Amino acid sequence: MIDYSKKLNSRATALKPSGIRKFFDISEKMTDVISLGVGEPDFQTPWHIRQAGIESLEGGKTRYTSNRGMEPLRKEIANYMKRRFELDYDLSEVLVTVGGSEAIDLAIRALVDTGDEVIIPQPSFVCYEPIVKLAGGASVVVELKAENNFILTPEQLEEKITDKTKVLVLPYPSNPTGAVMPKEALEKIAPIIIKHDLMVVSDEIYAELTFNNNRHISIAEIEGMKERTIIVSGFSKAYSMTGWRLGYALAPEPIITLMTKIHQFAIMSAPTTSQYAAIEALKNGDEDIKKMVSEYNSRRRLVVKGFNKIGLTCFEPLGAFYAFPCIKSTGLSSEEFCEKLLYSKKVAMVPGTAFGDCGEGFVRVSYCYSVEHLKEALKRTAEFVEELKNNG
Amino acid sequence: MNRKLLKLLAKNARYSLTDLADMLETTEEKIKDEISQLEKDGIIRGYKTVIDWERLDEAYVSALIELNITPLPDSGFEDAAEKIMKYDQVESVYLMSGGYDLTVIVKGKTFQEVAMFVGKVLAPMKGVISTATHFVLRRYKELDIIMCDDQKDDRESFWL
Repeated sequence: MIDYSKKLNSRATALKPSGIRKFFDISEKMTDVISLGVGEPDFQTPWHIRQAGIESLEGGKTRYTSNRGMEPLRKEIANYMKRRFELDYDLSEVLVTVGGSEAIDLAIRALVDTGDEVIIPQPSFVCYEPIVKLAGGASVVVELKAENNFILTPEQLEEKITDKTKVLVLPYPSNPTGAVMPKEALEKIAPIIIKHDLMVVSDEIYAELTFNNNRHISIAEIEGMKERTIIVSGFSKAYSMTGWRLGYALAPEPIITLMTKIHQFAIMSAPTTSQYAAIEALKNGDEDIKKMVSEYNSRRRLVVKGFNKIGLTCFEPLGAFYAFPCIKSTGLSSEEFCEKLLYSKKVAMVPGTAFGDCGEGFVRVSYCYSVEHLKEALKRTAEFVEELKNNG
Repeated sequence: MNRKLLKLLAKNARYSLTDLADMLETTEEKIKDEISQLEKDGIIRGYKTVIDWERLDEAYVSALIELNITPLPDSGFEDAAEKIMKYDQVESVYLMSGGYDLTVIVKGKTFQEVAMFVGKVLAPMKGVISTATHFVLRRYKELDIIMCDDQKDDRESFWL
């Protein structure tokens, strides 16, 4: 019998498993659970985009593409960045990846040497820390605060910088908080980043999902930042193309070249069918995005109002499709709240602690569901909170 | 605000004033007034509930009838359409482009009943040249609502 513990990579083995698994397993066994836990859109990929993918298959487009991604796609990505975010990127500064996830992984692997420190604001998406650790780097957590609307402040950033700090991960709009960094906030942290010569990996996968008519501002738009920023984004959230696994990275040429090198050895190239579909998405998908954002917006308002009415205060999320209500008033921990809610009312939410220790006291609620589904969930949650008050 | 409100009501006529006010970031008063105005202006014509009668084992048959009509000078197909739409059995009347003139959707309790209506009322009507009756065998989707069994949400209920 092989003792596998002696055969497996120690860095990977040391990674903490996702704490959420337990809930997933429990909720799977129950029936009639109203989940508010998913992280993907409930919309289908718009038909014309699926059609483009299908046509490419019918046309026999099933070979590898260039490692960097098809040139027409990279051109469309560059056009899109100029059109939507007023950023100019050359073809040589664009890399097509397998989802935004691969772009993040490549960015970290391209920048981080053993022992380099990477500052990661939390609560945030669970993949950053493991990716940094696998690359041999050290993660340094900044605990974002509700009173700052979960924005990274210059003081918080400055405090965590050491002589080993190499990279700052900046994930906005944010999963799980729904926070965005407005231009003024970005302008405040830029000088510190420049002063300490840091690189930034800006995870902008939710850039199209912003509300209240505020266009997402990338940190790359701030003076002096473009040369030290890797923007990672993709098609999953904006165009409801999660399963297509397609994303991209935008950065100065030397960085993209290195990322491409790693990418070509590890992955070869991103899926060809998805690339054809993505070209169609960028060319003709603007209206689809508008429709989806408008739909998310109604739900966002309903959910935020709903939680505030129940007494679980929720700061107003201006991006992504999550709300991050505070459950401290119940006296329960995030995990206790979610577990009790699941068992007594069959509503599933994700404890804030899944996104970092500082998520304690919060829960993440996705609003990628129909209004009816959300209303039912709010109703049951209100009952739950009422019962807690009466019993406690 | 009109447009957004209409879009929401088109989806679900039974949203409460509170829900509408929350989703559109306004007050219930304003929503109430807006709806009244839209009704007065004839933009909102009515509110209907989409019911799957077959699940109740209630007798319910509907047919789509293609009518060819001799158009009258000046009024064209108006007269025929106006006459036809007055019947209770007639659910919808549309003027069409293409191979025939009017689509008439007729409902009744039995195939017989609908066929009788077409044969005794529509076909002999002044100006009607021909009718072609197609019975609905199964409803899959009506007015944006899916009638068959609930589509399952196949997403993982948690995802990180």
